[in-house]
Amino acid sequence: MDQQDSARGTGDATTVQRKGDRELVVTRTFDAPPGTVYRAWAEADLFKRWWMPRSISGATLVACDIDMQTGGKYRLEFGTGSPETMAFYGRYLEVIPNERIVWTNDEGDEGAVTTVTFEERDGRTLLTFHEVYPTKEALEEALQGSAAALPEQMEQLDQLLSPADA
Amino acid sequence: MVQCPDNALNLSFVALADATRRGIIDQLGRADASISALAHRFHMTLTGMGKHIQVLERAGLVVTRKVGRVRTCTLGRRGLAEEATWIEAHRRIFEARFDALDVVIDELKKEEGDGSAG
Repeated sequence: MDQQDSARGTGDATTVQRKGDRELVVTRTFDAPPGTVYRAWAEADLFKRWWMPRSISGATLVACDIDMQTGGKYRLEFGTGSPETMAFYGRYLEVIPNERIVWTNDEGDEGAVTTVTFEERDGRTLLTFHEVYPTKEALEEALQGSAAALPEQMEQLDQLLSPADA
Repeated sequence: MVQCPDNALNLSFVALADATRRGIIDQLGRADASISALAHRFHMTLTGMGKHIQVLERAGLVVTRKVGRVRTCTLGRRGLAEEATWIEAHRRIFEARFDALDVVIDELKKEEGDGSAG
């Protein structure tokens, strides 16, 4: 209730950093123990409620299969308004409940390996989302793709680029 | 509505459509470099690298200056803006995601809290 505001005030900002040529690291602290945060990743019914919020993508998750165990597979399908759906799929390389999930992104040739860790910090959870791409170019492509996926961002790019000419 | 302010934006996209040129931007994001060092790094002739640099320079992504016989390349303001925009795009996605995740986690906490207290 009132908790939401105070949680925001304690520096729970989402940080995104490029590390080296091929890595992207995202961190965020959540106001719950690792076991609770892990459930929201591991259970399909929960996962699909937040992974691709409509506000950001305009896409709806139409299928979400998660077999959360080492060697298990996942498949996410998004509806984009057109008859075709967009699918993301891969395999879990390592699953340690409440601690760590590692998965592949197999829909492209140069998919990243993603690692998510859940670390306890005074009853809260420091979540680290870590993507390692096979090549520097693959990371560049992914970064460009995410920028292009957001029309709003392109507007912002316009604004960033224009002052020099104003 | 935001319009294309001028040719410069188009030039930026053309300049960045090429993987080698994106690599050059990335490299210059770390440190300034001479054209010959870049040519060496990307296994290219001096002339070949010179052409890439020209494209980037026209788009304002790279600035060059000649000191003695060496032409040094620096990231232009536009190059830095691109990088910042990419990172910002990612941050936006994850922020929206994690805000939605907060809501789910709040529900779970209540549910789990009820369970253990009861």
